[in-house]
Amino acid sequence: MKHLTSIQRFWISFVLVIPMLIQMLTMPFHWMMPGYTWIALVTTTLIMLVAAVPYWTSAWAAFKHHNANMNTLVAIGTGIAYFYSLFAMITGRAVYFESAAFIAVFILLGDTMEERMHNNASNALKKLLDLQVKSASVLRDGKFVAVPLDQVEVGDIIQVKPGEKVPVDGVITTGKTTIDESMITGESMPVTKKTGDSVVGSTINGDGAIQFRATKVGKDTMLSQIVEMVKKAQTSHAPIQNLTDKISKVFVPTVLSIAIITFVIWYSFLGATAVQAMLFAVAVIVIACPCALGLATPTALMVGTGRAAKMGVLIKDGQALETIDDVKTVVFDKTGTVTVGKPRVTDLVGDKSLVLQTAASLESSSEHPLAKAVMEHAAASGITPEPVGDFRAIEGKGVQATIDGQPAFVGNEKLLADYLIEPAMKQQLTALQDAAKTVILVGRAKRVIGLIAIQDAPKPTSAQAIAELKARGLQTVMLTGDNDRVAQAIAKEVGIDRVIANVLPNEKADHVKALQQEGKVAFVGDGINDAPALTTADVGIAMGSGTDIAIESGSIVLVQNDLRGVVRAIDISKKTFNRIKLNLFWALIYNLIGVPIAAGLFVGFGLQLSPEFAALAMAFSSVSVVTSSLLLNKAKIGGTEPTSAIEQAA
Amino acid sequence: MSQLLVLIIGVILIVALFWWFFGKHTEAAGDATVNDQNQEATIVVKGGYSPSTVVLKKGVPAKVHFDMKDSTACLSHVVFDKLGVNADLTKQPVTTVDIPTDKATEYNFACGMDMFHGKVIVK
Repeated sequence: MKHLTSIQRFWISFVLVIPMLIQMLTMPFHWMMPGYTWIALVTTTLIMLVAAVPYWTSAWAAFKHHNANMNTLVAIGTGIAYFYSLFAMITGRAVYFESAAFIAVFILLGDTMEERMHNNASNALKKLLDLQVKSASVLRDGKFVAVPLDQVEVGDIIQVKPGEKVPVDGVITTGKTTIDESMITGESMPVTKKTGDSVVGSTINGDGAIQFRATKVGKDTMLSQIVEMVKKAQTSHAPIQNLTDKISKVFVPTVLSIAIITFVIWYSFLGATAVQAMLFAVAVIVIACPCALGLATPTALMVGTGRAAKMGVLIKDGQALETIDDVKTVVFDKTGTVTVGKPRVTDLVGDKSLVLQTAASLESSSEHPLAKAVMEHAAASGITPEPVGDFRAIEGKGVQATIDGQPAFVGNEKLLADYLIEPAMKQQLTALQDAAKTVILVGRAKRVIGLIAIQDAPKPTSAQAIAELKARGLQTVMLTGDNDRVAQAIAKEVGIDRVIANVLPNEKADHVKALQQEGKVAFVGDGINDAPALTTADVGIAMGSGTDIAIESGSIVLVQNDLRGVVRAIDISKKTFNRIKLNLFWALIYNLIGVPIAAGLFVGFGLQLSPEFAALAMAFSSVSVVTSSLLLNKAKIGGTEPTSAIEQAA
Repeated sequence: MSQLLVLIIGVILIVALFWWFFGKHTEAAGDATVNDQNQEATIVVKGGYSPSTVVLKKGVPAKVHFDMKDSTACLSHVVFDKLGVNADLTKQPVTTVDIPTDKATEYNFACGMDMFHGKVIVK
């Protein structure tokens, strides 16, 4: 008996309940099944053994721990109906076996359906794991051999043929191909990859053959980390659950008290018979449904975060999901977030080779993205940096050093306070900045000798994303260390409302704090220097292409390097949170209306519930909550490209 | 007469109910059996978790076994929200959950509907 699954229990009970169902349906025609009471006794006793006893034992064990839950209600409801009927049969009164039987069958049906749908809700995760391949073609002793995935090591050279899946994360060593990364990023366009580019495990190779060196295996791969993050998100708590936690603690004892009060009022004050009073009390016990309340949040969270993951949006927990609902302002970092993040030299003003030579010499040891752009351009122009002495960084302005015993400097326009510039060059400086270019001043001695203009273009999708955010009534702000003119030009191009420029890296968090005075703030960024702002903001949204520190600091991670992910994150969070509220509302209303009806408060209006129907209603309350959560999979989300591969497979 | 009797019994029952479920009742915490390399604790799942609190030692790899003795849907899953664990207990008689013990902390767990609660304390 112990090893029957709830679906088996349900079918056995269902078959056993058929005679009583026939009797119930033929009742209006005044047909009495011969020996009905005896048939009912035998079938109901069997149903109790198969369907109700597990509830009785569980409820009793819980009772001994001073706990009460749904099982307690089911056990008391079926127990009273069954044992009273036994007593009634012996003493020659009317029996209510069918009440006990129907309650047990309906509750079991509800449990079974709920379990099945619960499994559906957690399916997203299983589908993610199924994306993994079982083996990889690894170079061992000069030959490529098939190796089980768990034996692949970092540093292995792996071959991927056209149409095959990339087994683990790595960097391409030979070959060129296109790769479909939609299962990880949600982006449906295949991406071109060549030697030196990184590949992600579980993505599908297109028409080229490649070999790559494994850099991350096992638990460290992107897919494993995504799975881990989704798992945590799905089991996490949303603050709104504190309410249900409080209710659930007092729920069952309160319902039992209401049932006792119902019995006393009907019997002692309204003159009902003991049997009538008992039927009302049992109906109260059976219709009350703590499960719907308990299921409202976790199931919606499970479906919502799972759906988000499919779209390349990893929500770390229920807290983030709930907070984003109140966000009024979205703050963006500029470089790498709104823009591509790969600045390139576009203009040189002055003696080109001297300007470039000077700049390259001073910037050769800098890691700054602008410095990188200068170095790349210098290398492309065949210029090698000269050795410098006396190297010194000027905080927030630039760097200075001596070349050939002569002082030289490279930096931004704040240096103009200390150095001379010709009017013509100053005009060029303004013109370049108005064209959304960042300008580096290069000087020797006390004079600016030239300008280098560098541009970092906005991502092609940024403007659309900003427009969609504004359509949702959100204020958009850009924070950047760049100068005001460049920042304004970029902001205008993509449609951002407000620009805060000339921000030093350590000031970003302070600006976020200031913006929080006006309402909740989401910060979107990707760099190490964004980490404090990501943590300070009410919701930190980290771009997945960013550094590990940024990803660690964010409460939402966008796998794809695309601002439309922010729109998706906000939409799916809002939809999920609204669904949670809707579920809780219905679960509460359901109990608030169901219990008084069952107690017979509306008998005067001819509205009355028998225990059987109360059980049916209760069974469907939890099923309807889970259904409502599953419907989140169909909700319309903005900023969405056509669906990812997982969704197509679903 | 019987009406009055029912009224009195009803009041007594409600008082008893509240005393039983909301009164102060202490429950012993379970300790893990520890040897040099690892520690293990077993929680019996039957109408709740007994013991509902398990204390583990910091720094020793730990396993908590959930021994499923309940066949109702209520307790079919155990969820550790901080660990991202949502285990189906009905698949096998005993389900094992690995608990990280690298730092002293508390991990709460609950059933799938968040009705039954317990915790694992690492100290």
